Amino acid sequence: MILCYSARVSTATSPVLKPVRARHSAVVRVTHWLTVFAFFALLISGGEIVISHPRFYWGETGNVNMHPLFTIPIPSSRGTVPTGYGFEMPDQNGWSRYLHFEAAWALLLTGLVYGIVSLWTGHFWKDLVPKRGERTWRAHWAVIARYLRRAPQDDAEAHSYNAVQRVSYLAVIFVLFPMVIWTGLALSPAFNAAFPWFVDVLGGRQSARTLHFFITGFLVAFLVVHVGMVILGGFKSRMRAMITGRAAARRERL
Amino acid sequence: MKISRRKLITTGVAATAGLAGLAVADRMARRYGLVPPDHCGVYGPGETLDYAAQRLLTRHSLAREFSRGMISKTPFANPVAPPTDAFKKLQAGGFQDWRLAVDGMVARPGSFSLADLKSMAVRSQITEVACEEGWSYIAEWIGTPLHEVLREVGPLPQARYVAYFSIDTDWWDSIDMADAMHPQTFLSWGMNDGDLPVGFGGPLRMRVPRQLGYKSVKFINRLTFTDSMKNFGKGLGSAAPEGGYAWYAGI
Repeated sequence: MILCYSARVSTATSPVLKPVRARHSAVVRVTHWLTVFAFFALLISGGEIVISHPRFYWGETGNVNMHPLFTIPIPSSRGTVPTGYGFEMPDQNGWSRYLHFEAAWALLLTGLVYGIVSLWTGHFWKDLVPKRGERTWRAHWAVIARYLRRAPQDDAEAHSYNAVQRVSYLAVIFVLFPMVIWTGLALSPAFNAAFPWFVDVLGGRQSARTLHFFITGFLVAFLVVHVGMVILGGFKSRMRAMITGRAAARRERL
Repeated sequence: MKISRRKLITTGVAATAGLAGLAVADRMARRYGLVPPDHCGVYGPGETLDYAAQRLLTRHSLAREFSRGMISKTPFANPVAPPTDAFKKLQAGGFQDWRLAVDGMVARPGSFSLADLKSMAVRSQITEVACEEGWSYIAEWIGTPLHEVLREVGPLPQARYVAYFSIDTDWWDSIDMADAMHPQTFLSWGMNDGDLPVGFGGPLRMRVPRQLGYKSVKFINRLTFTDSMKNFGKGLGSAAPEGGYAWYAGI
């Protein structure tokens, strides 16, 4: 990342035109970074938990005596799982589970603050719902084509999201995160005792676990593209905008 | 940065309200038993939120029960430690001499054989065992609801937890009174129309279907009622937190 960053600086030739205007509100910035911390904690601890049983099933039940839907070809931290490897990974499930659920609370509460404040301030409508003229395939395709040509962005884009960004962020905020929380809660025996439909509509406990895994995969895919675009778009200025809120309105690639 | 007076006042009021709210929440949580024994440490806040939220929202809910057709044909049981001589001797006698000792904060401490338990009540439930690792199976569990034992021994009003111990001495756990009184919390001695196999925890296993499998401790031979888990092991409520696992496993 450091490498990309310095390469970026050397090619950023345009001078700063007009400084300062809050690119991201304080609430967006703070909740963004809290989400980053919580997400990484969830990802690492979730990975640890998967290692203790790297087999996935569909339906209500699943165990090593049953056929898996698929298996991740990694060694397991449990000797009871047939992996084909002759050794076991160290068992880290205890703290991983504690961390997973603590980070889940952090993510949920952060999301609640972000959601309530954004409804209040109109952030969703102003910044995330595609603009009236941009709710077409053509508008989205135009952005993608511009990305592919690596054409410079116009000034307006230094201060607002384009159509593709808006749709991606909306999908992450209103589809992927709610789905990952839903499928996670469906795995809680006390929660699904109170709300059985929560797990039943997903096709059962093991289906919920498998979906939880796949939705995490989509979130990781988003993360990779997101960070990649930040690096291509100008790592330094994008990071500064998300940390300090200030964006220099200069021409950048992308 | 310029901070206006209005902003300063608003922030001050919000911060004071927040702190007061936290203090009130803490008092309420202690008053209504929403603080788990392992509430200390880095992971204490998450564990406390899990436990408090479930106790506030789902205290009386019943674990999902399944149809007979959904009983797993190939259930899986984690391997258990090799049986001790004492266990083997009891097994040779068909567990006729297995005793469940009940002590602590109860009006009538006692000791019960399996036959005593069966004479109190026989109930069954078809519920899922969900292991923290991710696997699961469904079985019919036959046993005596723990609340029947409670009625027999009469817990004192100050009792808040039931600690339960395995004949395998490293293995013990505890639940709060909400789970102890819960109709699906069983002292289970039968499984799928037969005796409970030793591999699955026979002759007597605690079944707590609203929590993950590790709370369903195998080979139970003692219950203790207490108002605090401080003096048990490291005071975290069960052997599980000492190994890094959360005391409350309903998540």
